[in-house]
Amino acid sequence: MTHQNRRQFLASAAGLTIAVALPMKGRAQSGAANAFAADGSGSFAPNAFIRVAADDTVTVMIKHIEIGQGAYTGLATLVAEDLDADWAQMRAEAAPLDNEKYKNLYFGLQGTGGSTGLANSYTQMRKAGAAARAMLVQAAAAEWGVDASEITVSKGVIAHGDKTSTFGPMAAKAAEMTPPEDPPLKPASEFVYIGTDLPRLDSPSKSNGSAMFTMDLNLDGMETVVVAHPPMLGGTVASYDDTEAVAVPGVTAVRQIPQGVAVYATSTAAAIKGRSMLSVDWDTSAAETRSSAQMMDDFAAMVGSDTAKTAESAGDVAAALENAAQTVEMEFRFPYLAHAPLEPLDAVVEVKDGSATAWGGWQFPGFDNQSVAGALGMDPAKVAMVTMLAGGSFGRRAQPSAHIGAEIGAIAAAAGRDGAWKLVWTREDDLHGGYYRPMTVHHLRGGLDADGNITAWHNTVVNQSIMAGTPMEAMMQDGLDPTSYEGAVKMPYALTDMQVDWVRAESPVSVLWWRSVGHTHTAYATEVFLDHLLELGGKDPVQGRLDLLRPDMARDRAVLERVAEMAGWDGQKVKNGKGYGVALHESFSTYTAQIVEVEDVDGFPKVTNVWCAVDCGVAVTPNVIRAQIEGGIGFGLSSILHDELSLAEGGMVEQSNFDTYRVLRINEMPNVMVDIIASEVDPTGVGEPGTPPIGPALANAWRALKGENVTTLPFSKSVGA
Amino acid sequence: MTTFTVNGEERTVDVPGDTPLLWVLRDELKLTGTKFGCGVAQCGACTVMLDGTTRRSCVTPVSTLEGANITTIEGLDTPEAEAVQAAWAKLDVPQCGWCQSGQVVSASALLYEIPNPTDEDIDNAMAGNICRCATYVRIRQGIKDAAKALET
Amino acid sequence: MMKTLTRLGLIAAFAWAAPVGAETVNGLRTVDEFADIADESERSVALFNELMVVIEHPRCLNCHPVGDVPLQGDDMQPHQPPVVRGVGGMGAPGMRCSTCHGAENVTYTSGDGSIPGHVPWHLAPIEMGWVGKSATEICEQIKDPARNGNLDLAGLHEHNAEDGLVGWGWDPGVGREPAPGTQAIFGDLTQAWIDTGAVCPTT
Repeated sequence: MTHQNRRQFLASAAGLTIAVALPMKGRAQSGAANAFAADGSGSFAPNAFIRVAADDTVTVMIKHIEIGQGAYTGLATLVAEDLDADWAQMRAEAAPLDNEKYKNLYFGLQGTGGSTGLANSYTQMRKAGAAARAMLVQAAAAEWGVDASEITVSKGVIAHGDKTSTFGPMAAKAAEMTPPEDPPLKPASEFVYIGTDLPRLDSPSKSNGSAMFTMDLNLDGMETVVVAHPPMLGGTVASYDDTEAVAVPGVTAVRQIPQGVAVYATSTAAAIKGRSMLSVDWDTSAAETRSSAQMMDDFAAMVGSDTAKTAESAGDVAAALENAAQTVEMEFRFPYLAHAPLEPLDAVVEVKDGSATAWGGWQFPGFDNQSVAGALGMDPAKVAMVTMLAGGSFGRRAQPSAHIGAEIGAIAAAAGRDGAWKLVWTREDDLHGGYYRPMTVHHLRGGLDADGNITAWHNTVVNQSIMAGTPMEAMMQDGLDPTSYEGAVKMPYALTDMQVDWVRAESPVSVLWWRSVGHTHTAYATEVFLDHLLELGGKDPVQGRLDLLRPDMARDRAVLERVAEMAGWDGQKVKNGKGYGVALHESFSTYTAQIVEVEDVDGFPKVTNVWCAVDCGVAVTPNVIRAQIEGGIGFGLSSILHDELSLAEGGMVEQSNFDTYRVLRINEMPNVMVDIIASEVDPTGVGEPGTPPIGPALANAWRALKGENVTTLPFSKSVGA
Repeated sequence: MTTFTVNGEERTVDVPGDTPLLWVLRDELKLTGTKFGCGVAQCGACTVMLDGTTRRSCVTPVSTLEGANITTIEGLDTPEAEAVQAAWAKLDVPQCGWCQSGQVVSASALLYEIPNPTDEDIDNAMAGNICRCATYVRIRQGIKDAAKALET
Repeated sequence: MMKTLTRLGLIAAFAWAAPVGAETVNGLRTVDEFADIADESERSVALFNELMVVIEHPRCLNCHPVGDVPLQGDDMQPHQPPVVRGVGGMGAPGMRCSTCHGAENVTYTSGDGSIPGHVPWHLAPIEMGWVGKSATEICEQIKDPARNGNLDLAGLHEHNAEDGLVGWGWDPGVGREPAPGTQAIFGDLTQAWIDTGAVCPTT
């Protein structure tokens, strides 16, 4: 986004003087409800993002969903900074659906994803705070009869000489002031909050059980619904017998909906039991019936297919391979992965007198607004969307298909009356329900010259497209889906003869972005292969990378040098029986380098320490950044060690719950040391970039220790016990 | 009909005997701090205190609870729990927050039995509580900080 | 869908339960099957080897590990979530066995299978660990009061024939194959083995 675009948008945003109209129920039920003071009289809303109340609370309307990444705290920090508020008076509340006012400036519509939340809001929210500050100052100047330029504001106190006021008493008067066109922002040298460790706004309520999530809603007369979904991806209902299901006490109805067979009940337990008593025959004619092992072999056989499209190339890789003193080939296999957010998917809808309200973990509320309204046959304007706190997402709730909205809408439509319903997915629904990280094959060929320098690099990626068949398809150019191979292209290294090809595979199994999207596999394949080539060429993993970085890759260089310093890298890849490995990867414009220390415990890796240097521009909330990197590393490590979503022959998903879909637990979590590079560049995101490097860093450490490359993931499938 | 005590209050519920305590708490008693994550005692999000020990409410049929004494996150007020919650807020342990009620219940139970737990004690007590956001580094530190706070 | 799967499971269980020999009950031979072994020592050894059919079954072996971690399931995977023996084999402070295992088997409401339960629910003491050991080793261990909970042979019979947690092996809940035979036959075999001198197999 250009500077000019930002200014234009902010001028219009700051010009809004009408208080944001919120559905009353939405506010009362919203996840941040317990963080709010009453919206009493005398409050003022200088723009769509801020409400200053007479009781001194400053409520920030957060246009991004809070899924744990710290959006509430981060955006409130930006407002507080240029408003000169006191942190204790700051509150956060989920913004309602408005694709114009609350659009993600990078997307052009309201939505959270791609680690853009803080980045796209950085100037916007600061300007919003600055505008409110200017209006409060004007109000005080008028009240006290003094020159506005002589007034100071600090930590929520407006002052002139011996006159002082907090914000609340000035709110009513401030509402009469004209919002400034383009309020100035503080220079970085005057930051009070940005770059400091402020307590998260949502920590207390998430530590005492009072935070409200979608599944926690209990509306009057509400029924709970669970749906029998097809056991094979792409299946549909052929017929069903609900005789025994409707006999279950508490079950009120059974209805077929496009997504399966819905069981309505007066309690969740009754709905679940009712579903277990259903007999459903499934039509599997359009379903995936191959095993995932077969599909993987099929994908691997597509390497070299004439349907391959070249995503990036430079020089002449064929000639370079031909002329190489030594060539190396490696094939990497990555399984489907489920996101498995700990709050299973859910939604609530209330239909009343021709309009509706839908509560959920809406990551793209506009998409789900359309799908709820479509299912109900309503004008989307009649469907209010309330975005709740969500128990994790990792990409799962960012659905271009808006299938959860469609499902809760279909449930209400099939009931055929006014009322309220809560849709609950069980863990089995979640793991069997598709929308996985695409299963992927990387086939790499590299060439070395007689001195061990890398002279050729050819990578072919085979996987399904995430964007094709969704509203995002419009973003694909020349039939290329960049999310399939991002991270395999635009590498920071000086590779003069290189090529990256993509072969699109197809399957009825639905796929979706999964925390760091293409980088989940591209970082692993490229950084393990590179490390292997460096080793063959007799180069040090750190110095070899530094030597190979293009001269303009200063930020990559800085994080790699910093992490080497943090870990005390001395070129020894094995010390005291422990292996050490390095990986460097930029994703979402954030630069991350990691060093892993690993032990061999009964033939399986135990990661003991991880050092990570990160450059994400201005570090607005360092504590949240560290938390996201720690969590991103744990999430990535989970997938590298254990996670696999597999289909048996016939197409049935083989994992149903956390006993077989193994995720990382505390006993496998390493110590994580995070260092943030000081920067004055505009901030970039941190929700995802911690995840990609952990896998290759571990694999490189493991190779140092054991002499073997792990190319089929997860480790539990390839290594030891 | 089953009668038991929840957070110090006697409650009687009239639900089928095989109904898991989890759904009795969440749907009947509207105590929604106890969370559903797996339904099969794998994730620990539904952990409550039952007659003095941790218990996964998703695999606890209400028929087994006549006369039982249950404490949920909403009623947890022991010194250990207060220290844990204070440490959680201070360190900003939670991210999405869905698992944290269960984490707090388990951590408090651990500290009640072992005031100064080692890393191994923490692993042994907490490995049944999945955090998909992987806040484990801070959970570990939070337990140690709470232990320290309880000493003084 | 779920129901169909459950029915298939039942059919499989019944098919498995069909006698594989004339006097075999659920895969375990009864005492009179050994009557034609003339030599008492040989008969004793044969009886013990029959006890091993039960002892080596996942229902029994899973909670007789030689380390601190139980196994679970018919495929004898390491227990998930990871748990440890703890004091008295009852688990760790903060996560006892009883944190998940109640007084009875509980069938899962949403997924397939069940969580096993019994009071008490605990691991066999480490000196009673069986996993990976030979019949000879297990036999000698079982007879040794220092490694069998200080039981004499009569006590051992009572344990095998009467103990509730041992008996759980034949009533293990949905999704788990019961131990072969019945607890009564297991008790009878134990008694017959004792009566024939409680001879251990040699390697």
